[in-house]
Amino acid sequence: YVTQHNRDLSQRAKPKSDSVAPPFHESQQLDQEKTVMHKIRPISPVHQPSSETSTRNELREMTSAAEVEGSVSSVKAGSKEERQWREMKLQLDDLPGILARLSKIKLTALVVSTASAGFAMAPVPFDLTCFLLASLGTGLASCAANSINQFFEVPFDSNMNRTKNRPLVRGQISPLLAVCFAASCGVPGIALLTLGVNPLTGALGAFNIFLYTCCYTPMKRMSIANTWVGAVVGAIPPVMGWTAATGSLDAGAVLLGGILYSWQFPHFNALSWGLREDYSRGGYCMMSVTHPGLCRRVALRHCLALIGLSTVAPVLDITTWTFPIISLPINLYISYLGFRFYRDADRSSSRKLFFCSLWHLPLLLLVMFTCKKPFLEKEEKGDLLSGNHGRALEIRLP
Amino acid sequence: PPAHSCNDWIGPPDKYSNLRPVIFYVPQNESLLERRLRELREETQAWNQRFWARQNVSFQQEKEEFIYSRLKAKGLKMRDETGQKATLNAEEMADFYKDFLSKNFRKHMHYNRDWYKRNFTITFLMGQVALERALRWLRWKKKNI
Repeated sequence: YVTQHNRDLSQRAKPKSDSVAPPFHESQQLDQEKTVMHKIRPISPVHQPSSETSTRNELREMTSAAEVEGSVSSVKAGSKEERQWREMKLQLDDLPGILARLSKIKLTALVVSTASAGFAMAPVPFDLTCFLLASLGTGLASCAANSINQFFEVPFDSNMNRTKNRPLVRGQISPLLAVCFAASCGVPGIALLTLGVNPLTGALGAFNIFLYTCCYTPMKRMSIANTWVGAVVGAIPPVMGWTAATGSLDAGAVLLGGILYSWQFPHFNALSWGLREDYSRGGYCMMSVTHPGLCRRVALRHCLALIGLSTVAPVLDITTWTFPIISLPINLYISYLGFRFYRDADRSSSRKLFFCSLWHLPLLLLVMFTCKKPFLEKEEKGDLLSGNHGRALEIRLP
Repeated sequence: PPAHSCNDWIGPPDKYSNLRPVIFYVPQNESLLERRLRELREETQAWNQRFWARQNVSFQQEKEEFIYSRLKAKGLKMRDETGQKATLNAEEMADFYKDFLSKNFRKHMHYNRDWYKRNFTITFLMGQVALERALRWLRWKKKNI
């Protein structure tokens, strides 16, 4: 949850160079500045006579200087229409795209896939309806949480390169609509989980939304402990997948959650290493800024923890013993990169670690699934099936 | 924004605050609630603008000063032979970032609290205004049936 996984953004997360950011602007920007200034001037005299001429004057002063942003990357990334005044009218054709960005749909998809991994690893026969309901419910809950997060963070997002093109920042949607959208995703999502799957999963979903929006988001600006809270937020979806399948919170669920919890640290700490300037300016309390040594230690520690957790999996009968063996090279590699990050503490090692974490997790989960402990003997399987059907019926009857 | 427009207009990000200014439309028959909402939004916009412009400008200034003092301590000039501005690497800048963050911590705490309050109030008012407009429209529809 703490970052967006998707490729384009992680590339764009390449930090601004450490060179002193302008007071001085690149020469090519000056031309654009001139042309836009010409465009704005003819419009400004045509203001409606109103009592807020003072505010308008203030705005006029701002707009005439408003064109150029100090950073080169935003010039390249933003399109021409970004630099012009736009009517704040909701465009219905754009609405799906806007809502997709508001709900961070790609991140939501990844969250749903970790929940599916949790579901798949549960030692019960696969129930397609349950699986689909659980995935949909988790997806809706994630959309709601992400939308509320963006609702809270508008001025901060405007000031950071990574996030300044979000819909609320650009005024493409009103805050009221964002909140309504969040409610219309969150309420049905949790209801679906509670009634269509089981109450435990619903409760976990609701708790996760609360943890993300009311704990993690404000805490980002108050204390570095936010990273640990955020790691829990990331760990809960696979637990939800497991409880959706089995209806109970067993050791396997906790282990899966633990694996995702540990994974968050190398992933996020490596990413945040390159964003230190934006975090510092924006007032975010992140380990990479305030306790850089701790940041790297924690990342390494959790890479090693992943090795340990993978070894515990067969002990808990979730996977066979081939899992720790096959996953060892993958976990060793990320630990090695974690160690390099710890030792070198520079941009290239942090980027290597971050990009590794992006493929490490899906691969690890895939290997885990292929090493899943095969089903029990036929007669036991029969008992299990009838038992499960009984349970499923119990849930559906009011 | 053109004179005939009936909507708010949002502009490109401000040079100092990175916030996008909004010009609010004042309808002819603006209700009391609508006026309260608009004035709160305008005031919040100005308040936000002041805060972030000040933050960003002081960040740039302090950063320049920091770089200058560090370069001086190392015995280097601000520009090297090719005329490029001399820079410090990320690790040296890290001290500055940490320092800046802790110096501004309390300021951010107050800002956060105020921002959350304003954001909730504005959104709640938007809800009330939307409700008011919906009721007005329903009444108008009833009259014209």
